[in-house]
Amino acid sequence: MSPLLSIQNLQVDFGGHGAPFRALHGLSLDVTRGRTLALVGESGSGKSVTAQAILRILPRAATISGGRILFDTGRGATDIAALPPDGPEMRAIRGAGIAMIFQEPMTCLSPLHTIGDQVGEALRIHANASRAEADARAKDAFARVGFPDPERALHTYPFELSGGLRQRAMIAMALILKPALLVADEPTTALDVTTQAQILALLTRLQDETGMAILLITHDLGVVANVAHDVAVLYRGRLVEAGPRDTVMRKPGHAYLKALLHAVPRFDMAPGERLTPIRPAKAVIQPARKPVAIDSPILRVAGVSKTFTLRSGRFGGPPRVVRAVSDVSLDLAPGTTLGLVGESGSGKTTVSKMVMRALTPDSGRVLFNDGSGPRDIHALAGADLFAYRRAVQFVFQDPYASLDPRMTVRQILTEPMEIHGIGTRERRARAEALMAMVGLEAGALGRYPHAFSGGQRQRIGIARALALDPKVLVLDEPVSALDVSVQAQILNLLKDLQAALGLSYLIVSHNLAVIDYMADTIAVMCRGRIVGQAPKAALFRNPVHPYTRALLAAVPDPSLDHPLDFSAITGDHSDPVRWPEPYRLAPDEAGHMVEIEPGYFVRQGAADARRAA
Amino acid sequence: MIAVLRRVLTMAVTLLVISALVFAIIKLPPGDFLTNRIMELRSMGEAASVAKAELLIRQYGLDRPVTEQYLIWVGLMPGPAGFSGLLQGDWGWSFEYDRPVSEVVGDALWLTLVVNLAALVFVHLVAIPIAIYSATHRHTAGDAIVTVLGYVGLAVPGFLLALILLFYANIWFGLSIGGLYDASFTGKPWDWPKIKSLVAHLAVPTLVIGLGGTAAMIRRMRANLLDELAKPYTVTARAKGMPPLRALLKYPFRMSLNPFVADIGNLLPHLVSGSVLVSLVLSLPTVGPLLLDALKSQDQFMAGFILMFVALLTLVGMLISDLVLVWLDPRIRMGAR
Repeated sequence: MSPLLSIQNLQVDFGGHGAPFRALHGLSLDVTRGRTLALVGESGSGKSVTAQAILRILPRAATISGGRILFDTGRGATDIAALPPDGPEMRAIRGAGIAMIFQEPMTCLSPLHTIGDQVGEALRIHANASRAEADARAKDAFARVGFPDPERALHTYPFELSGGLRQRAMIAMALILKPALLVADEPTTALDVTTQAQILALLTRLQDETGMAILLITHDLGVVANVAHDVAVLYRGRLVEAGPRDTVMRKPGHAYLKALLHAVPRFDMAPGERLTPIRPAKAVIQPARKPVAIDSPILRVAGVSKTFTLRSGRFGGPPRVVRAVSDVSLDLAPGTTLGLVGESGSGKTTVSKMVMRALTPDSGRVLFNDGSGPRDIHALAGADLFAYRRAVQFVFQDPYASLDPRMTVRQILTEPMEIHGIGTRERRARAEALMAMVGLEAGALGRYPHAFSGGQRQRIGIARALALDPKVLVLDEPVSALDVSVQAQILNLLKDLQAALGLSYLIVSHNLAVIDYMADTIAVMCRGRIVGQAPKAALFRNPVHPYTRALLAAVPDPSLDHPLDFSAITGDHSDPVRWPEPYRLAPDEAGHMVEIEPGYFVRQGAADARRAA
Repeated sequence: MIAVLRRVLTMAVTLLVISALVFAIIKLPPGDFLTNRIMELRSMGEAASVAKAELLIRQYGLDRPVTEQYLIWVGLMPGPAGFSGLLQGDWGWSFEYDRPVSEVVGDALWLTLVVNLAALVFVHLVAIPIAIYSATHRHTAGDAIVTVLGYVGLAVPGFLLALILLFYANIWFGLSIGGLYDASFTGKPWDWPKIKSLVAHLAVPTLVIGLGGTAAMIRRMRANLLDELAKPYTVTARAKGMPPLRALLKYPFRMSLNPFVADIGNLLPHLVSGSVLVSLVLSLPTVGPLLLDALKSQDQFMAGFILMFVALLTLVGMLISDLVLVWLDPRIRMGAR
C-alpha cells in the first residue's frame, strides 16, 4: 500500500531580512496510515518547519524551493508542495484531510470565542454544516476527548479551562472531521507529566478508533518510546536516522540520538553519574571561601499558609478564597539542594515567592540562618532586609522574559552590585569573573541579550543571581523553557557552582527527572500541602504516597523496557478524597505527617484515629 | 445589572464635581459679562440699558455669593425664580444673544452630533478596510503607498484642507461649500428640501474632519492587526482551512478591536471640541464656535452649559465603551485575567 503522506527531497529556504539559509536539505519521509511517526530533534533541526510545510502554513519568509509532498486524498495523490498555499484545494485538505495541534493550547485558542464555536467551525467551513449540526458534532467530539460535561463545554471559553482540557479541546477541534493525518507539534511539552500521560493515552486511543496517522513532533525521547511506531531523527535540516522505533532506539547507531539520550536526566542513572551535554561548555569557577559550617538549616519554612481572594466570576457574586499553601514546613540544609515537586497549581511557586519575600504568608514563618542564629525574614527591615536580599537570589524560568532587552550583559550583571554599593572597578572585575564562571566569553559583556541563545541567556540569568555572592539560590523551573540540547549544560553548571561555592538551592519544578538529578531532599506538594518529604534515594526507592506514585508512573521513560501504563492514569490522583487509606483525606482535612523511615515523612489521614475511637 | 446602576450613580457624582469645577473656572477671571457690559454702558451714558442689565443681575442672582450662584445654576437652591437650574432643565440665559441658551444652542447641538458622527462613520468605513489591506500586504507597494498617504493625512491640518477645498470648489465648480445647508434655509423649519441640502453639504466637513482621524486609525489598526496576525490562534484558524479573509475577520480583527472600543469615551467629547477650527473656517453652525465665543465674552451660562454637555458626553461615552467591552470580550465579562 502506498504511504498516506510521502515527503520527497523537500527543501525549504528562509529569505527575508536575515541572511538567507536552508532549513531543510532534501528531506524524505513516509507517513503510513494508522501509525505514529515521531520526528525528533533539537530546536532549529527543522522539525517544525516540516510540519508547517505539510500544512502550507510556513512563515512568509520561507519558501519551498524543491521536492514534493505527496498526500493521498483518497482520490489519488496530490502534491501539496505545488498547490497555492491559500487556494481552495489546499484549504480543503487543511482541517479535513490533515489537521494540526500545537504546543501551547492557551494561545492557540481564541479567548473571545467559545470552544464550542471554535471546534465546530471546521465542520461549518468544510461540510457546510448548520450551527445546530456543528454543535451536535462538537458535543460528540468533546465527549470523545474526555470532557466531563460536553454540553457545557460548548459554551465554555478557553480561559475557564485547565491546560489539559484546553489541549483536549484542541484535539477535538483537529479531529472533528476525522482527518487521515494529525500533525502534533510538541503537543504535551507545556503540560504537567500526569496531564501529558493522559493526553498521550487519548491520542493513542483515538488513533486505534479512527486509524488516522500521527506525525508527532517532539524532543522528549520518553514520549517517543511510549507512543511512536516509527522514528525519524532530524539534525540541522537533514534526516540522520529513520526506521521502526525498536530498531532505532535499541541500536542508536547515529551518535546524535545517543547524545540526545544521554543529555536528559533519567531515573536509572547511577548515583553520581553526570549528564553529558551535546555541546559541552567550559566554565571556570574560582572556588570561593566556603561558608561557615553550621548544623542548623540555612533556610527553614515553618508552617506557612497563604490564601488568595479572587474576584468572583460574574457581577456581584461573593469573592472566592483559594488556599494556595496550607501549613507547609521545609528545611534547607547548607550546601544541599531541596527539590519541591508538584503539578501546576500545587502551590510550589507560592512557597518560593514567600521565601523571596515577594509574598507575605498569612501565618507561619520563614527563618533564615547565616550562622548568626535564625531570624524571621518577614520581620526583617532596613539594613537586615537589604542583607537578606543579597544572600538569597532567584533564577527565573524564562530566560527570554527575565533579561531586559535594552541592557547590555555588563549592565545586567553589574546592576545588582550597583544597588548594593560595590565599587566601579570591583564591579568590572567581578562581571568578567561571573562570565567565566558560567562559561561565557568576557568579550560578550558589551552585547545585548538578543545576541544569545536560550541556554546562554539562562547562564546570564544565573550569573546575575551570583553577582552578589549569595548563599541561597531559588531556582524556579530553571530548565523547563530550554531546549533539550542545553538542559544538561545548565544542570551540570548549577551542580558545579554548588560544589565550588557551597551554595544551597531550593529548586521548584514539575519535572521529576530534573528534581531527581539535582536534589538531595525532595518535598512533594499537592493542593497546597506537602504529602511526602524524604531524602531523594528513599523517595524514589519507596514511593508510598499515592500522589507520588502517580507522578512517577506518569513520567515517560526513554528506555523501551518500562512502557507507561496508560490505564493507571485516571486523573483522580490529585484528589485527596480518592486516595486509598491511610492516605485518604476528608474534604478540608489536614491529616498529619507520619515518619515511615528515618527522614521520610508521609501525610496520612485521620482514618486510623477515627477507627480507634 | 447592579454594577451598571452603581456606575450610573458614580457618574452622577462625577458630573456634580465637574459642574463645580466648570463653574469655578468660568468665574475665575475677574468680572462677568453683565458687569463688563454695565461698565461699558455707563461710559456711554445709556441709563436705560444699565437699568435693564441690573435687572438681569438680580434676576439671575449674580449679586449673590459665588457658592449660592453655583447652587442656583445647578438647581440645588431656589433662585429668584424658584428652583430653576440644570437639574430642572433650565439651561440659563445667554446674555450675548439675549435669548435662552436652549434657543441659541438648540439646532447647533444636534447638528454638531450629526456632522461629527458622520465623520466618525467615515473614519471607520475608510480606515478599517485600508488597515486590513495594509496589514495583510505588509512590505508591498500598496502598503507603502497607503502608509505615505496616511502620514500626509496626519500631517495636513484640517482647517488648512478646509480652506483649500473652499477656494478650489469655488474656482472650479462655482460652489459655496461653507455652512451645513444652503443659506436660503437659515431660520426655516426642518422640511424635506432643507434635509436634502444638509446631506449634500455634509460631504466636505465629513471629509475634512475625518481625514486626520482616518490616517491615525489606519496606523493604529495596522499595528494592532500585525501583532494579532502573528498569534498562534491565527495560525490555528488557517490550519483548519478557513478562507483567509473570514479567518482574519473572525479572529485577529475581533481581537484588535478592544483598544478602539475603549476609545469611544474619548471620541464623543472630541466630537464637540475637536472640530472648532474647521467649523469656523467652513462656517458650520455647530457648538464649537459658540463655545469659543461664550468663553471669550464670559457669557457664563452659555459656556457652562456647553462644557457640562461635553462632560456628560465623555461620561456617557465611557459607560458605552465599558458596556460594549463587557459584551465583546468574555474575559472582561467573566472577570478573568
